[in-house]
Amino acid sequence: MITNVSNRLFNRTGILYLTILTLAIACPLLFPAYVQQMAILWVMVLMASSWDILGGQMGYNSLGNITFFGVGMYVSAIVQISMFYDVASYTSAFGEILPQFTTTQYFAGIYLGILAGGIAAAILSFCLGFIVFGLRGPYFAIGTLGVAIAAGQLAATIDYIGAGSGISMPFYPGDIRIRALFFYFLCFALAAALHILLRWMYSTQFGLAINAIRDDEDKAEAMGIPTFTYKQIGWAVAAFFMGCIGAVFGNMVSFIEPIEVAFPVVTFGIFMVAMALLGGTGTLWGPVLGAFLFHVIKETTWTYLLGWQWVALGAILVVNIVYFQEGIMGWLMRKFPEWFGITVDESKLATPAKPITSTRRAT
Amino acid sequence: MLFNLQILLAYSPITNLQLVLDGIFIGAVLALSAYGLALVWGVMNVKNLAQGDFVIAGGYLAFAMFQLGIHPVIALPFVAGIMFMFGWVVYVLAIRRVIQQDMFVSLLATFGLSILLQQVLNLIFGPEVKTIDSHLPNYQIFNEAVTLPMVKMLSLGMVCVLAVAMVSFMRYSRIGQAIRATAQDARAARVLGVNTDMIYGFTFAINAAICGAAGVLVSIIWVLQPFYGITYSVRCFAIVTAAGLGNLPGVITTGLGLGMLEQYTGFVFGAEYQVASAVILLLAVLVYRQIQLSHSRQVVR
Repeated sequence: MITNVSNRLFNRTGILYLTILTLAIACPLLFPAYVQQMAILWVMVLMASSWDILGGQMGYNSLGNITFFGVGMYVSAIVQISMFYDVASYTSAFGEILPQFTTTQYFAGIYLGILAGGIAAAILSFCLGFIVFGLRGPYFAIGTLGVAIAAGQLAATIDYIGAGSGISMPFYPGDIRIRALFFYFLCFALAAALHILLRWMYSTQFGLAINAIRDDEDKAEAMGIPTFTYKQIGWAVAAFFMGCIGAVFGNMVSFIEPIEVAFPVVTFGIFMVAMALLGGTGTLWGPVLGAFLFHVIKETTWTYLLGWQWVALGAILVVNIVYFQEGIMGWLMRKFPEWFGITVDESKLATPAKPITSTRRAT
Repeated sequence: MLFNLQILLAYSPITNLQLVLDGIFIGAVLALSAYGLALVWGVMNVKNLAQGDFVIAGGYLAFAMFQLGIHPVIALPFVAGIMFMFGWVVYVLAIRRVIQQDMFVSLLATFGLSILLQQVLNLIFGPEVKTIDSHLPNYQIFNEAVTLPMVKMLSLGMVCVLAVAMVSFMRYSRIGQAIRATAQDARAARVLGVNTDMIYGFTFAINAAICGAAGVLVSIIWVLQPFYGITYSVRCFAIVTAAGLGNLPGVITTGLGLGMLEQYTGFVFGAEYQVASAVILLLAVLVYRQIQLSHSRQVVR
């Protein structure tokens, strides 16, 4: 019925990527006052894209991906500090004494910390997978939400990592403007790496398999697809990148606190879902577009609606989910299928063309 | 931790009674709001993550009325009425559109609603912890080892009255019958002339009213803070998931059990583990149900 002819956007894709790359490098240099905001924009792009692996492509709507963010952040903090100091005495000083880190120590620590954060998060996701992947639909969402809340509450009780009073991260040895640029490019590199990885993964058998899981998991399993393995792989990729970005974010804001910074279930945890939904779930570009728009809206409301910004955000979330569920990409695909290289054979359709992305199982 | 256990087991076993009583007082309020959640879940297939925020909103309404000099016990029916109307407005604006959708949509829409509500409350009342001092006596029994505040017994009594009223309403009234019919088979109910849209609205509104009443009780026996809502939501979910839908005795038992569990964890491990204990109970129930179902190669849906 609907044939996917060769992607007509392909020739334009290269130009698009080049434009984005140029803008990504030029913007922080041209507008140095907004570097931190732009870095957070890439954090959000990464979060939305990584949420969409499970939420959009696989149909497993997780509300707890933020767990990996916090775990990555804490693991990287422990690695960075424990390489040169005793963590327990460092955290129990509550940031009153800040041990000096030399340039080499700092950079060795931060790169190792990011890697360790990602790996630890991926291992955690593997272990959690045994618990949560037997849950379906809303139970999966509630179960993962429970994991995230429990993680935040438990992190607030562990004295080794500073409990409720948090950890002050090592100082960046160098100029403050260079520091902002350094973290900006780290965030951008991670987001770009995830995007390219996902672009490749969605084009392989993996993409087909996880879409099959979304459409009908029982049938997919009956067809011989090792669904559990695919779910674990998808979640591990999301967790690895969430852990890495958590490590970067922790260093960027330079202070870690369990509820607000490390496991922000009601802010970043829900933002990433909102962004993916706004842009359109189940597409490669949807979450990216959604993250851009969401961040712009968020920063505008922050600036002009002082005091009411959170109310505005909540309202946007509700309106988006209730009234505009298909997202921008879904809407575009429904309106202009030919843009996406999809031809609709009218003669074979009994009914008018239906949106092709919203094949999600309505349970 | 070990020392606290020693207190419970050896030094002062009467403390157990205190914990159990406190657990019952708190658990009763939790069971009430969990009943509302189970009602909406069962009838409309909507999972309301804003449940806890409805509770907190009801509490703040009682607080506002207390500032005007109205005692919370008298304010309770008014709060329930206001929350009923509020629930209906929310239904018309948002919930009506998500009933027919994927379950996750309702979960997320109500999560957005929860953020909206807690921020509005934060703007109006400020982020400080608020309490209502109702000036009622405390009774000491067993040589002053156990404290029985009048206000908590009062709240327990009101929960019982509300529960009995709810159950008889659902069983004997015309609307209650229509709600149960809609829950069983919405399409058949529609064929037989039940206005299901009205019934859905009524169910959601009555849930908001129950939450409002529970919130009034929370405001007099506990503390109010705009961001505490999510913890109530998670507890309600834990209770309903453990008890199952349409199982009122189960909801009450689990509610009381969760209340006691929280009191015991709080006493033995420290107050900071109280919220975590509810969440861990939720996870434990989900894992247990998976293990149960995996024998027949099924999953928790």
